[in-house]
Amino acid sequence: MIGEKPRGLGAHLPVFYPAVMLGVFFVIPFGIMVAISFFARQPGGFYTPAFVMANYRSLFTELFARVMVFSIYIAALCAVICVAVGFPFTYFITRMRRKAQVIWLVLLVSVLSLSAVIIGFAWSLMLSQTAGLSNLFVWLGLMEHPVSWSPGFWALLCGLCYVAFPYTVLVLYPPLSRLDPYLPEAALTLGASPLKTFFSVVVGSLRGPIVASLIMVFAFTLGTYLLPQILGRPQHWTLSVLITDEAIYHSNLPFSAAMAVFFMIVSLALVALTMMVGKGGTAGQR
Amino acid sequence: MNRVFRSLFCLLILIFLTAPIVVVGGVSLNVQKHLLFPPDGLSLRWYTELLTETAWLIPIQNSLVIAAVSSLMALSIALPLAYFLWRYRVFYARALFMLGIAPFMLPPVITALGFLSFWATVGLYGNIAATIISHAIFFVTLPLVTISLGFESIDREIVEAAETMGADSRVVFRTVIFPMVRSYMVSGYAFCFVLSLNEYIVAYMVSGFTVETLPIKIFNALRYGYTPVMASVTVVFVLLAALIFGLIGRFGDLPRLLGAMAPENRNG
Repeated sequence: MIGEKPRGLGAHLPVFYPAVMLGVFFVIPFGIMVAISFFARQPGGFYTPAFVMANYRSLFTELFARVMVFSIYIAALCAVICVAVGFPFTYFITRMRRKAQVIWLVLLVSVLSLSAVIIGFAWSLMLSQTAGLSNLFVWLGLMEHPVSWSPGFWALLCGLCYVAFPYTVLVLYPPLSRLDPYLPEAALTLGASPLKTFFSVVVGSLRGPIVASLIMVFAFTLGTYLLPQILGRPQHWTLSVLITDEAIYHSNLPFSAAMAVFFMIVSLALVALTMMVGKGGTAGQR
Repeated sequence: MNRVFRSLFCLLILIFLTAPIVVVGGVSLNVQKHLLFPPDGLSLRWYTELLTETAWLIPIQNSLVIAAVSSLMALSIALPLAYFLWRYRVFYARALFMLGIAPFMLPPVITALGFLSFWATVGLYGNIAATIISHAIFFVTLPLVTISLGFESIDREIVEAAETMGADSRVVFRTVIFPMVRSYMVSGYAFCFVLSLNEYIVAYMVSGFTVETLPIKIFNALRYGYTPVMASVTVVFVLLAALIFGLIGRFGDLPRLLGAMAPENRNG
């Protein structure tokens, strides 16, 4: 029977190995990281077991505040752009024939799976002086000389949107593909214009998933660590870059761990927020 | 919305998604060691260099070994867990499932730092085994989700019929359940494999200085001078990802794997 209670120790056997693996290699590393965030740092990259708050006190610096504000700002901007463009696009995809849908999904998943290193490299080429878009503009007569647009804020934003866009579509795909196709059809039959149908029926009945996707894309972009180093300047570094930098180059694992714990609390709050939003406001679903 | 606007909109998105890849593809064909687009002639020398230079062959080998073994390991963790959670009802099921999802949901730098702390404490920092196990845990979410979908697609009456006919749970698993989730296992493995090949931060934090994977190699090359080989390796990555996901799209149910609940209602 399926869905019964496991009887005896033997029935629990299959869960033993996965539970041990996840416990040893995920829960314990996590615990060690949290512990290290309270350890005292020794000069020269070592740390000793202790219970000090010094690492957390170091969070209250101007540098940390500035990096935090910038990370939130660019992630929010990227999330708004991606959802604003991705929502209508995902809607179009879900109304396509199945074969066309699969082709688009293959493209999106392929782009999503690409390493940020590769995407950063591709965009730095796209925006470079020798191989970039500006050459096309010169050829079209729109510009005088080819110029370099990378690194910079806009280069970083382009790269981030390129990474986050496929993710946005895949987040929006399930709720939109479950939207009853008769709903917009009924609105059209009753005389609403296509634009009005889209905004009042499609957007209106999916308000919950839209807000949830905004938060998810925001959290996803907040975690970026490679693109700011490739496409941005040092003032465009995000929290993730700072955490990696402290851990590897400054060998200050305790401070790095404290930042990570803080970052995790922010992320968990975002996840909780997504779940709360996702529960309400999904009318018109089958 | 009218058709022209819709097609134009989709075309612009297509250009946005493919333009960087086209530029990289063009750059990879340069004859001289320049990063020019359009290229200054056509040659495949950067592809042959990729396959003959040990500086690139070692990272390729590392990446392939890590991806193949860690995906297998992730599968070995996900399969019994998904089976157990589908088969039995236990109070801690939700907690276990969340535990399997968490490594992938948290910002990657946090998971990576957790692994770094752990391997440094255990003393395996810099070892390829550390990278493999870390990747297996980091990506266990993917096979867990796909295989769980596979179990959910099994008609419970079929299992009950087999049991009524006298098959014990071992025989039921081998002859009924396993063949039905096999394609979902393949998809889960493929997702895991491609993402592991492309993963940077965990591999870098756990043993970036001793076990160079392909993304680490590309990033180092980015820092210390560009070469067209980086473009050719990018093209290979894109083609590999497109091939693997194309196969899943062709032989599997990609819309369902990605969360569409009613694919059969679309005609096509």
